[in-house]
Amino acid sequence: MAVDKERLKFLEEKAEQIRKDITVTTNHIGYSHMGGGMSMVEMAVALYYDWMNWSPEKVDDPHRDRFVLSKGHCAHVLYNIFVDKGMYTKEDLWNEYNQIGGRFGMHGNYHYVNGLEASTGSLGHGPSIAVGMAIAGRLNKDDHWVLCMTGDGEMDEGSNWEALMTASHYGLGNFILICDKNKYQIGGSTTDVMSLEPFDKKLEAFGFDVITIEDGNDMLQVLEVLDALPKPDSQNRRKPIAIISKTIKGIGMMEGFADSEQSHLSMVPNEFMIEMTFASIEALRKERD
Amino acid sequence: MADRIVFEGELDLQHMNFVTALSARDLYLDPLIDRAAADENIVITGADVSTGGRLGEFKRNYPERFIEVGIAEADQVGVSAGLALEGKTVYLQGFGPFLALRALDQVHTDLAYQNLPVRIINTHAGLTSGGGPTHYNLMDIGVMRMLPNMLDIVPADAKQCIKVIEATFDYPGPICIRIARGAEPLVYTTDDYEFEVGKGITALDGTDVTVIGCGSTVAFAVSAANGLAEEGISVRVIDMHTIKPLDKELILKCAEETGAIVTAEDHLIDGGLGSAVAETLADAGVGIPFKRLAIDNSEFPPLGDSYELFAHFGYDPEGIKKAVREVLAKK
Repeated sequence: MAVDKERLKFLEEKAEQIRKDITVTTNHIGYSHMGGGMSMVEMAVALYYDWMNWSPEKVDDPHRDRFVLSKGHCAHVLYNIFVDKGMYTKEDLWNEYNQIGGRFGMHGNYHYVNGLEASTGSLGHGPSIAVGMAIAGRLNKDDHWVLCMTGDGEMDEGSNWEALMTASHYGLGNFILICDKNKYQIGGSTTDVMSLEPFDKKLEAFGFDVITIEDGNDMLQVLEVLDALPKPDSQNRRKPIAIISKTIKGIGMMEGFADSEQSHLSMVPNEFMIEMTFASIEALRKERD
Repeated sequence: MADRIVFEGELDLQHMNFVTALSARDLYLDPLIDRAAADENIVITGADVSTGGRLGEFKRNYPERFIEVGIAEADQVGVSAGLALEGKTVYLQGFGPFLALRALDQVHTDLAYQNLPVRIINTHAGLTSGGGPTHYNLMDIGVMRMLPNMLDIVPADAKQCIKVIEATFDYPGPICIRIARGAEPLVYTTDDYEFEVGKGITALDGTDVTVIGCGSTVAFAVSAANGLAEEGISVRVIDMHTIKPLDKELILKCAEETGAIVTAEDHLIDGGLGSAVAETLADAGVGIPFKRLAIDNSEFPPLGDSYELFAHFGYDPEGIKKAVREVLAKK
């Protein structure tokens, strides 16, 4: 079924706004993992504003869909979404980011930030946690999704593959792995640092149904994939799902930062750079239109 | 409470009577099997643990609530955290060395940092595995007592382990419960004694010197004390079952009342019970004759039967007797 135009437009505009919010937030708080944040925006926006059974009122609802951000250094994306949803103010975020007594860490702590499902940051932890949550969903006989987003560099961690074996062994029909495959990690490109390919074949060999989004920064493609997924099924065994979302690290950032290892950490945009970044973000829309 | 709560006489470790020795690794499940019928939130995770005995019984009774992840301790801890985030009370059984070392990042971040109700049933305490340095569990006390939120408990015997499980059913945070690989002598001849987390037990009262032990060394200390009584030496034995939070008040009271302290533990000399007691005394400015009995860390421990190794490192009953005489001579 074709994606409704209004729905698409709303989410595209929301993604553009969240990218701008990330830019301004980074200016206020001094630093963030902007590159890895920018790459995952379409998926995060599609999930939180549209696809997941989730809303600020449902953060304690046992039937909600769960999203575990294993690439915890990009918690600032979720913070900005939560601010936009009215759960916090911008000032809360700007004043309390990495401050003593503040709630918003570079890596998120679920005790402090309502809406986060787990405290993450050390890479290679999210998938096991999410698998445990999905097994709990089976025990509780509740059909909600447990989604877990990793980065592609993060897939170097062996513990992730232990978790994938477990998801597959238990045939978790309520678990989705999403890999934000933006092709860079701190040390350089993921192919230079540690070869991951053939990633899709590896996931298949681990017992997953693998879906690749060729352009994970194209909202239409993201929605088409999400819309085609089956309903979560906690009770009956089937192959767990993995989505490889091929994205561009730092997309929307100023020239020289996007699609480059330069985007990894802490571009601190000053006023001039904010303007340039906004122009670059808006250019994405013009390209698309 | 009974007048005397611990065994009489001295242990013959070379010819241990297994009728009076029980395995905490099996017994800890008794209260869980009972309680799991009414409490659907009790689950057990394993990383390829053998499912004989009571663990097999739990698995037969509640097959969906025994979650095996294979030989993958990091995953086991993470999965346990995920279950706990969803309201489960998780008993995570595994080989201590692999949980305290290999999966320490997960124990630190997923369990302690998230402050989740996961109970690590940390088996193969100290040298009890007999499996050589890869399978010795030598630094878990040091590691666990450094973790915020973590309770670190070392039951003195298998029946006390049941008390630990019962006392902590509703504790909302993570707990590490350290037990031996197999059967160990029973310290207590009665169940009629108070067990409270964070409160050391005066297993045997005495006036000349205090021996503070945890886990298997409590039995060794009682044995040594029973033997030393015949020499006219009055030894107080403290069962310091909770390492974190440590009963500092009791340590300082013993220092004041007996004037000399020996610690004994099946653990590296660095960072364990002895270190914790020494820190307590030093912080309080207390200087008394003091000796730590534990595993020397200048080299990896040799191979061997665990009871021979205890003697090798001097925290068996004979080693404790020797240390007691030494500190007494300095009083």
